Amino acid sequence: MEILNDLLNYLPAAIVAVGGLVVMMMDGYKAKSRLIYQTTMFFLAGALVIATYDLLYQEVGTLFSDMAASGSTAAFGTFIVVFGTFFTVILTHDYLIGVKHNYPQVYPLLMFCTVGMIVLATANDLVTVFIGLETMSISLYALAGIIRDKQLGVESALKYFILGAFSTGFFLYGIALLYGATGSTNLSEIGAYTDGSMIYWGGVSMLLVAFFFKISAVPFHMWTPDVYTGSPTTITAYMSTASKTAAIVALVLILERALPYAADQITSTMAIIAIMTMVLGNTVAMVQDNVKRMLAYSSIAHVGYLLVGLAAGTDLGFTAVLYYLLAYSLMNIGAFGVVAYYEKNHDVHFNNIESYAGLGYKQPLMGILLSVFLLSLAGIPPLAGFIGKYLVFAAAVEAGLINLVIIGVLASAASAYFYLRVMVYLYFKESKEPVKLMKPLRVYSFSLVVLAVLTLYFGILPAGITELIASYFSGNGLAIVP
Amino acid sequence: MIGIEWYLGVSAVLFIIGVIGVLTRGNAIIIFMCVELMLSAVNITLVAFSSFMGDVHGMILVFFVLCVAAAEACVGLAIIIAIFRNNITADINKINLLRW
Amino acid sequence: METFFFVFISTLAIGTALAMVISKNTVNSALFMVLHMLSVAGFYTLLNAQFLAVIQILVYAGAIMVLFLFVIMLLNLDEDEKVVSKIDFKQLISFTLALVVLAQLLYITGNYAGVLPELTGEPIAAVGTVEAIGDELFTTFLLPFEVTAILLTAAVVGAMLLAQKTSNVIDE
Repeated sequence: MEILNDLLNYLPAAIVAVGGLVVMMMDGYKAKSRLIYQTTMFFLAGALVIATYDLLYQEVGTLFSDMAASGSTAAFGTFIVVFGTFFTVILTHDYLIGVKHNYPQVYPLLMFCTVGMIVLATANDLVTVFIGLETMSISLYALAGIIRDKQLGVESALKYFILGAFSTGFFLYGIALLYGATGSTNLSEIGAYTDGSMIYWGGVSMLLVAFFFKISAVPFHMWTPDVYTGSPTTITAYMSTASKTAAIVALVLILERALPYAADQITSTMAIIAIMTMVLGNTVAMVQDNVKRMLAYSSIAHVGYLLVGLAAGTDLGFTAVLYYLLAYSLMNIGAFGVVAYYEKNHDVHFNNIESYAGLGYKQPLMGILLSVFLLSLAGIPPLAGFIGKYLVFAAAVEAGLINLVIIGVLASAASAYFYLRVMVYLYFKESKEPVKLMKPLRVYSFSLVVLAVLTLYFGILPAGITELIASYFSGNGLAIVP
Repeated sequence: MIGIEWYLGVSAVLFIIGVIGVLTRGNAIIIFMCVELMLSAVNITLVAFSSFMGDVHGMILVFFVLCVAAAEACVGLAIIIAIFRNNITADINKINLLRW
Repeated sequence: METFFFVFISTLAIGTALAMVISKNTVNSALFMVLHMLSVAGFYTLLNAQFLAVIQILVYAGAIMVLFLFVIMLLNLDEDEKVVSKIDFKQLISFTLALVVLAQLLYITGNYAGVLPELTGEPIAAVGTVEAIGDELFTTFLLPFEVTAILLTAAVVGAMLLAQKTSNVIDE
């Protein structure tokens, strides 16, 4: 039974899909919101256990007649996605109750979205990439508009939808041209192609444009700040971590397997895009007064650092990118989680940096957590964000992209300003009006503490995870691990 | 006998008409229709390649694109209805609460 | 005969697409779009993809465009609007950019001929049948097919989430 074997290797996605359908039906039979949430968590916990097992023990191979890959990067991507979703659902449940928009349809949508992300991160064929990307995007369009009775919420959904659907057109054209040039949609068969016709280059460039849209690299980032500000905060965390992880893991797979022939041209393109993304993301983030919008621009800047690793294009670069994705997911979900906690105690527009004044002393735990996540985002040792940046830049130096690294390090140093500014407001400013913060739920603060501890752990002892990732790529990436 | 270039050319022209429509029109519904136009233009390219190469995979991708187009229309129109509940306009130039 | 049919279909397709983009009235646009979808189905028949031609008419013209018309009527969107009020700088830029991309696309597709050795001069009849497509769809493409089911379910749930009017939130 080959199909049974394939299904066993694809179990995380299958569990999440079945879980989504079960939760959807429970909503149909008017189950209590709390029960729906618990069922969702049950299925996600099961998927997380199996994804962890797969991460450590799954064999490298292809499933479903070459449609999907198993093991190595695919297992890693699946793990981050399921892990991110697990924490997002915990935070989302509490946040949506706080802002009084806890619709039962949110949970099945989050599950279906996760299925799309897993399919995208494990894809071994452009058809699977397309379907995974669309499943993810269509669920996210709807999730962006959860706050549907406020103009801000539906507007962000509309913007996201129009630009997302537009980029889908380009993505599809890219696939069509590559299919015409190489006669196949399979990644490794496309990789075997070495006859650079015009149509091949057309396909490659269209494909890259669409991916830049989805991961919001400059100059295709226009939708990001608006959508991230208008969406519910925890969903923003989900969009900026899990969906970017899935898209970038798919991009790594495509670059590594399908486009080795175009590697040189892609390196120079990626380098230019990376410079623009880092510079613009960091400079515009400095002038933002809205914390959520600042984090949106900061996430653009982080895509810039990731692109530096992709530009290096070596095994070392891909290793650094995957590690960075893990670190980035931990710290970004955490940071948005604390922002969501502050926000739900007030109204949706409580994100101005002024209103953070003195909050660090109100609930000391939350203040400390936000500081840890922000310091990690700024890349301050010994946190995971620092190791991520170090690995990415080291890989770029190895690949000889010195200019890129210099600009990246400068941009990264400048970014410390706006992260530390939030902390200054938290601890060193007097609040003008008295603010009362509710005590956070135990599970809420506990999950944030877990994220913070993991951020610290991967920052101090990164060797285990980097060795694991480096073993995915044949190169000897162990030498430079600190 | 019509060569494959002609099919590809017509498809490229239709795709660009869709792109121009998305970039210049203000009405959200028309923009959605232009996106559908882009997708169906790409479908012509895929079917042409598939048919001339004698390989069925391209046509199967077209089948999936049809499903995606239907799903996008479903969610997109729901978003428009939600916009109308709050805003009473489909003109995207008037929807500008969010700026950088 | 075939050449005549091709010229007729492509004129119809491009003409209706242009009319769709520039017509003032939303309902007219939607009806031009239906006509456009029918002409695209004509391309598919010309390329021996009978199954897709039927699906195209059923799904696009029959389902998607009806949905569009339904929403237009529901929301009373069928009022005229000015397409180009004044020459807008932004519109001009996007127009030029699109034309540049078009020139590039035509250039690369024009140079396509004979890249692949197995490319025959004409469409192959046996490819586009229901049998050939169904055979591959349920064997090789099983995974994308199953994920499509999830995709459509997600779209329905998403539409429910966005378009529901009464809030049925039960907080505890």
